Amino acid sequence: MHTVPQELSYTTTHEWVRIENDIATVGITEHAQSLLGDLVFVDLPTVKKGLAVGDDAAVVESVKAAADVYSPINGEVIEVNTALSDAPELINQDPYGAGWLFKIKIVGELPLTLLSAQDYQSMLDEEL
Amino acid sequence: MGAKMVDFAGFDMPVHYGSQLEEHHQVRQHAGIFDVSHMVVVDVLGAGARDYLRHLLSNDIDKMGHRGSALYSCMLNEQGGVIDDLIVYFIDTQHYRIVLNAGSAQKDLAWMESQAQHFALGLQRRDDLSIIAAQGPETRTLLDRLNDPFITDTIHTIGRFECALGENLFIARTGYTGEDGFEIIIPNRDALALWENLSAIGFKPCGLGARDTLRLEAGYNLYGQDMDESTSPLISNLAWTIAFQPEDRFFIGKNALLAEKEHGVQQKMVGLVLTDKGVLRSHQRVVLADGKEGMTTSGSFSPTLGQSIALARIPKGDYEDCEVIIRDKPYKAKIVKPPFVPFNSSQKH
Repeated sequence: MHTVPQELSYTTTHEWVRIENDIATVGITEHAQSLLGDLVFVDLPTVKKGLAVGDDAAVVESVKAAADVYSPINGEVIEVNTALSDAPELINQDPYGAGWLFKIKIVGELPLTLLSAQDYQSMLDEEL
Repeated sequence: MGAKMVDFAGFDMPVHYGSQLEEHHQVRQHAGIFDVSHMVVVDVLGAGARDYLRHLLSNDIDKMGHRGSALYSCMLNEQGGVIDDLIVYFIDTQHYRIVLNAGSAQKDLAWMESQAQHFALGLQRRDDLSIIAAQGPETRTLLDRLNDPFITDTIHTIGRFECALGENLFIARTGYTGEDGFEIIIPNRDALALWENLSAIGFKPCGLGARDTLRLEAGYNLYGQDMDESTSPLISNLAWTIAFQPEDRFFIGKNALLAEKEHGVQQKMVGLVLTDKGVLRSHQRVVLADGKEGMTTSGSFSPTLGQSIALARIPKGDYEDCEVIIRDKPYKAKIVKPPFVPFNSSQKH
């Protein structure tokens, strides 16, 4: 059973979002990192890049596979987690903390596609 | 055991039991075990076995000077394409043992049967046998703890690419990791007990994932990825396995390979080490300084080097570096001669 923190929002593609005022921090869920296995490379977006919901925002690569990370939010990238460049394993070790990927300044309304922790948990339960 | 299972050639196979990286390092630095029972054991039995195998295989089994030797070879079609790669073990003049890849075993056996007609022999598929590979620098020390006289005696007497057949056990000093180690062929009914004993005495169970990164670092080809029926061994880094001599030995595919050499071999297989950060995978475009292009055939992150590596097929020529196109962006890579990690690396200083 994987941790799904209550205070976060989620996507069906296994990103998590922490919303604080107009800033959204984005990462991949514990379930996602566990499916991928040991992460060895992260391709992060450039700062100031504009992203719409569903856009390719980043790529995370494990020893065995590469996975696209989609933007869960409309907005502009204001910061990326540069620590991941030398330590991509932070995503495995602490997916909801030190393993965050990028921060977006939110533009407009939050998309209706975001899932609550409860909904995301139900989705995982159905997948298993 | 916490194994991540995937379907592989119809078998449920563990990709990893925990961390693929840890399993990889375990084998390079200590010792690990792999369940490779999906591979198919075929015994070639009878007076015609030697002549048959000299006709069937592109390497020459007469290179094996004595009983208890092993040889790596390709099995080619008439066009010189690779039907499979395999290891053949010389047990006796009327008993050779072949280990085939799981994914190609069906077509291999059909081909082997079709070529066997004019020889006095029988082909026996041994689905009653399992294979456990014990690999890594501490393998012998750990195997001694089994206190099995045949195992202890064998592992301290046979050399690389040698084997020994005991009453219920076949042991070969071969492997697919670039480390010293043994492949143990054992009746299915005894395999689980051996696996559990090996785990108990300190071997770490390792999955297919680590097996793939270990073999890639060692520069070993993977059948179906780095070569197949459409590629010649001469463009797959396997020319060393083709025994053109003695001239009076005919083997299937020989004429096609001689014609290819006559016309000039057009491509070669090289190793790539990515100098930019990123991960090489199979089927990525390789762009050379003169604009010519090649393609990666296998790629991964190398846990030992901490960089990404790949095997790639490129046009013949003197090239030192190249660019690999990953997600439409060029990444710089050095061209090297495999292996990426020398054999038995942790034992050399």
